[in-house]
Amino acid sequence: MRNLFVRECGNYKTSYKEDMKLFGTKSEFIKWLILIVILLTLPFYASNYWVGMLTLCAISAIGAIGLNILTGFTGQISIGVGAFLGVGGYTTAILTTTYGLSFWISLPLAGIVTAVVGGLFGIPSLRLKGLYLAIATLAAQVIITFIISRWDSVTGGTAGMVLSRPTIGNFTFMSNSSYYYLSIIILILTVLYSVNLLRTRVGRAFLAVRDRDIAAQIMGINLFYYKVLAFIISSFFVGIAGALLAHYTMIVSPELYNIQVSIQYLAMVLIGGLGSILGSILGAIFITLLPVGLTSVVDLLTAYMPNLYQLFSAFKEFVFGLAIILFLIFEPGGLDHIWQNIKHYFKVWPFSY
Amino acid sequence: MFFLQMLINGIVVGSIYGLVALGFVLIYRASGALNLANGEFVLFGPYICLVLMTALNVPFLVAFIGTLIISAILGLVVERLVIRQLQNAPTISVIMATLGLSSLLAGAVHIIWGHTTRTFPPVFPQTPLNLGGIIVTPVYLWSFIIVMILLIIFSLFFKFSKIGLAMRAVADDRQAALSMGMSVKFVLAVTWIIAAMVAGIGGILLGNINGVNPTMSAIGLTVLPVVILGGLDSVIGAIVGGFLIGIIQNLAGGYLDPLVGGGLKDVVPFIVVLLILMLKPHGLFGSRGIERV
Repeated sequence: MRNLFVRECGNYKTSYKEDMKLFGTKSEFIKWLILIVILLTLPFYASNYWVGMLTLCAISAIGAIGLNILTGFTGQISIGVGAFLGVGGYTTAILTTTYGLSFWISLPLAGIVTAVVGGLFGIPSLRLKGLYLAIATLAAQVIITFIISRWDSVTGGTAGMVLSRPTIGNFTFMSNSSYYYLSIIILILTVLYSVNLLRTRVGRAFLAVRDRDIAAQIMGINLFYYKVLAFIISSFFVGIAGALLAHYTMIVSPELYNIQVSIQYLAMVLIGGLGSILGSILGAIFITLLPVGLTSVVDLLTAYMPNLYQLFSAFKEFVFGLAIILFLIFEPGGLDHIWQNIKHYFKVWPFSY
Repeated sequence: MFFLQMLINGIVVGSIYGLVALGFVLIYRASGALNLANGEFVLFGPYICLVLMTALNVPFLVAFIGTLIISAILGLVVERLVIRQLQNAPTISVIMATLGLSSLLAGAVHIIWGHTTRTFPPVFPQTPLNLGGIIVTPVYLWSFIIVMILLIIFSLFFKFSKIGLAMRAVADDRQAALSMGMSVKFVLAVTWIIAAMVAGIGGILLGNINGVNPTMSAIGLTVLPVVILGGLDSVIGAIVGGFLIGIIQNLAGGYLDPLVGGGLKDVVPFIVVLLILMLKPHGLFGSRGIERV
């Protein structure tokens, strides 16, 4: 029987150019087109609540892709994403609220400012890797959040700042669905950029640095340049995500960008699958929707444990940690790997191998 | 006088940092992993001790020993269920696993004991000592003494006991230790047990000083600068680093806080870390085995 899910049945690529094609076959292109159409028409049949949730997923996915470029492609661990999100959020908050700049200018500026800050904190990567780099980025996290909460005259201190939604002409992105479109379009652009990045000289250099940095250097890859570049590109997307999130929630305050956020983003990348764009998106969806799923579990359990609702945040924390550990032990490849396995299963169906 | 007071406070807090840092160093030496859940290990100790003291009405010393035993079990369980599964995994997996572990343990503590601050029934005498104008609370003094005794015991343990020797051997070269017939698994388990016990003791001492609440686990992050400063694989480094960071923190808090509006205590150690990482990544006493790129 002809398989409905998988049209291609082997690898018949004969040249490097063919192998590097963005869409291998026509059906693959159509598949992506259908997916994008579904994404764009979603607000017509999904409830307002779910559109809001998906907006959050899309924004997280942009940040997760950014982190994955750094951690998954280049192999540099960063525990400072939360603070970089904060840099993006605060940049746009200051530019739009204090200086009255348009959102459309402040959004790329937020990305650029975050890229510069990220690049600065990426400089230690010249001498550090692994554990030590993780601690350096952790220091970045602590120092940046401290500056944000103490620089009252610019950032409003612990009270935070209030933002408005972006506008075009007379139209304001006030409704959930309009903001959803904005985020989804930026997500699609991010995905296109990062997928293409992998096909370029820079992307291959990133992978080489990750796999064996000393060998990469011997082959003529400028390690310092590419390591800092990874920090810059990654921070740019994280900054964009931070700015989008700030305008969505319409508030920025220091505790929104604490170390827990950094851990959440790391978890998205890890649970999704290191070095995988699709994985970043799946991971972002998983981590963003985890609290939603837990709420329904808690609803069921309150019959037996009446005070569970008060413990919800603790329960969330517990399950979050458990999910990370279980994934690490049982599926280090992440959701992306699970997805590949499912695809593979259908490819050879009805035979098991 | 103010300076001396700050110095003394720094030394006392630093001694506890040194103790907690010892847990980091032990685990790093034996398994090359950094236990970012150490802060939550610290958190468990005082809660268990409190429960033993209030629910079972046992004296402090018995509760203390009971806490050590339970902490040891916790360390063993963590090693068996999580760390052993990730033995050959890349650095990021181990870092992430301990981060997940910290989230899980913190959640468990919140679920079991809630968020309220509890205080220890007075264990040490309450009246402050006045040493020529410098005021020292007995709790601080006792903590300092206990930490010193423990550090001496540990140093002797590493130097002279058979297990201590085995731990050093495994840390030095796992392959060689294995081929000499040592059980690396056993040594790793012992390491985690000792690290958890050390963290538990640190937690009890801290709990006596500040009261017990979930924010105590923040010490896990504060101590990271200590281990980096001292060198990730050096026991002496953990102790010296603890004192240095404790003193720097208190001096910065005392002199600079009024200038920036408070909160410097938590940040200064991390600024020190960035400097250390830039200038001397292996720390003051760490071995120079760091791979340079």
